[in-house]
Amino acid sequence: MATDRQPGRRSHMIGRVFIYGSLLGLAAFYLMPLWVMVATSLKSLDEIYAGSFIGVPEKVTFEAWVKAWGTACIGTKCDGLKPYFVNSLVMVIPAVVLSSGIGAINGYVLTKWRFKGANVVFGLLLFGCFLPFQAVLLPMAQILGWLGLAGTIPGLVLVHTVYGIAFTTLFFRNYFVTIPDELTKAAQIDGAGFFRIFFSIMLPAALPIIVVSCIWQFTQIWNDFLFGVSFTAGDSSPVTVALNNIVNVTMGRKQYNVDMASAMIAAIPTLVVYVVAGRYFVRGLTAGAVKG
Amino acid sequence: MATLEIERVRKTYGNIDVLKEVSISVGDGDFLVLLGPSGCGKSTLLNMIAGLEDISSGEVRIGGEVVNDRSPKDRDIAMVFQSYALYPTMTVRQNIEFGMKIRGVPPAERAKATQAAAEMLQMGHLLDRRPSQLSGGQRQRVAMGRAVVREPKLFLFDEPLSNLDAKLRVDMRTEIKRLHQRLGTTIVYVTHDQIEAMTLATRIAVMKDGIVQHFGPPQEVYDRPANTYVARFVGSPAMNIVSATLHMGADGGAEATVSMPGGEARITGIPLSAATIKGYHGQKVLLGIRPEHFSLAAETGLPVLIDVVEPTGPDTLAVFTMSGTEVIARLEPFAAAAGDRVSLAVKADKVVVFDAATETRLD
Repeated sequence: MATDRQPGRRSHMIGRVFIYGSLLGLAAFYLMPLWVMVATSLKSLDEIYAGSFIGVPEKVTFEAWVKAWGTACIGTKCDGLKPYFVNSLVMVIPAVVLSSGIGAINGYVLTKWRFKGANVVFGLLLFGCFLPFQAVLLPMAQILGWLGLAGTIPGLVLVHTVYGIAFTTLFFRNYFVTIPDELTKAAQIDGAGFFRIFFSIMLPAALPIIVVSCIWQFTQIWNDFLFGVSFTAGDSSPVTVALNNIVNVTMGRKQYNVDMASAMIAAIPTLVVYVVAGRYFVRGLTAGAVKG
Repeated sequence: MATLEIERVRKTYGNIDVLKEVSISVGDGDFLVLLGPSGCGKSTLLNMIAGLEDISSGEVRIGGEVVNDRSPKDRDIAMVFQSYALYPTMTVRQNIEFGMKIRGVPPAERAKATQAAAEMLQMGHLLDRRPSQLSGGQRQRVAMGRAVVREPKLFLFDEPLSNLDAKLRVDMRTEIKRLHQRLGTTIVYVTHDQIEAMTLATRIAVMKDGIVQHFGPPQEVYDRPANTYVARFVGSPAMNIVSATLHMGADGGAEATVSMPGGEARITGIPLSAATIKGYHGQKVLLGIRPEHFSLAAETGLPVLIDVVEPTGPDTLAVFTMSGTEVIARLEPFAAAAGDRVSLAVKADKVVVFDAATETRLD
């Protein structure tokens, strides 16, 4: 028996080594830019100009991070990314909550309270997913002007909410369609109304798709540059616009270490969302079991 | 506890008539089964009783009160669904208490009612589980428990057993019957399974294409089906329908001539009114004969050539040809073998006669 199993085990081992080897190689390739960013952000400017980008920092210093966060100059102000980071948070949180919330109600109505023409409405909403950002810039600017929200963070929240509804509705509609209609009927007979059914039955069952919607919306809105640069100016800019200003506007030597640190700071929230919520996402999927 | 009256109820979607004037009326404590194939409108009718679908015209009265314009929660009903429709994120206890919570029943009373229902349905140990942790039969019990705590005037069941395996289905069927005997509440029960209908109902409404084909007690539906559709739908194996020619016998009674492989044979003593016999004298009709109404006989019966036999254990199903139609007889085990020529007697008083064109029963 033992001798029979030996060759099988060996070829199994070789296979494993090959798989893990390839995975590690590919991961290293993909992580290379990140490594360059981290390494550069931890070097002093002199070291960068003296040596290569890729090497390990001789002396690790967090100066660039401190500068990027608090003192780097953007335009005429030298307060670093901090105020813009706060701007982005103030924009992204209500925008994610509003767009996901409205998407959830839309999806609920489109599946459980179907009305004449529901499919047409859904089809039209889907157009929103395919509409390029550039196409809505001018009309959106005009509307924001009428509403008196031009150049403000609430204006940006509105833009992102409206633009996000198409996607969130799609998510929730496709999720709720898998929940049996009998559930709504049972709740109706139990005496539950429109919102009671929504909050007590549909939303708790929709945890996985809520997480998906929030991750998607957070990433989209946080990383958005075009709407940010078009509809805000100066102090109300989101972090992506500020990052661009730091990197693309330089006086004297280009501060690669500060640029890299700024880029990392701007990317951290989306990473955190993926790491934290991604776990809930998987948990939500396995704990779901909506159907019989 | 209440009577249920459905009067000239119709349901139309655009130009399509799903239900064409349905009228059914059952008394307090009756067990009404709506029986029919899928698409016959039986579930639509149930949803209209529940208030989940609008009534296009006609009236539904529960306990004498018209409920057409009442929302489901105000109709004093409880419903059990095919997919059980348990709220997935709530425990069994929360599922059962949800309706009471909405109606503002105090917590102490809720707990008491839940406990009583749990004891009655033997699911006390399941109360803190979630629906996903239950088996099909357990979910069915919970769904019934949720309905029972409501103490409604009317229970509605929408194909509650069709998601269960065969063994469990029989057990739960008994459970539902026991529930009915215990509570005495009027029940409307939708199914496509004629055995469920026969075993549970005090009244059966056989439906097809949005029309009630036959409404009556189970035994009547079985013995005297209103038309050949009902005859074929109820009973397993189904009632045999063979063509025959009707004559008035020498004594004035009805005689039917059927063609057998060896020539023509007569069945005498079929119960028919004198007027019908006179009216149909010499005409083609259809005879409905249940498989169990054949029996082995001496020389005098129908001469039959057995084609196939299917032993089921308690009896043997013998297949042969009669008037060009395949016919099944339920005989005793080992009563016949394939290829045998036997003589079969027919219980003439149980034979049902249908008009050859309209296929409705003649009396």
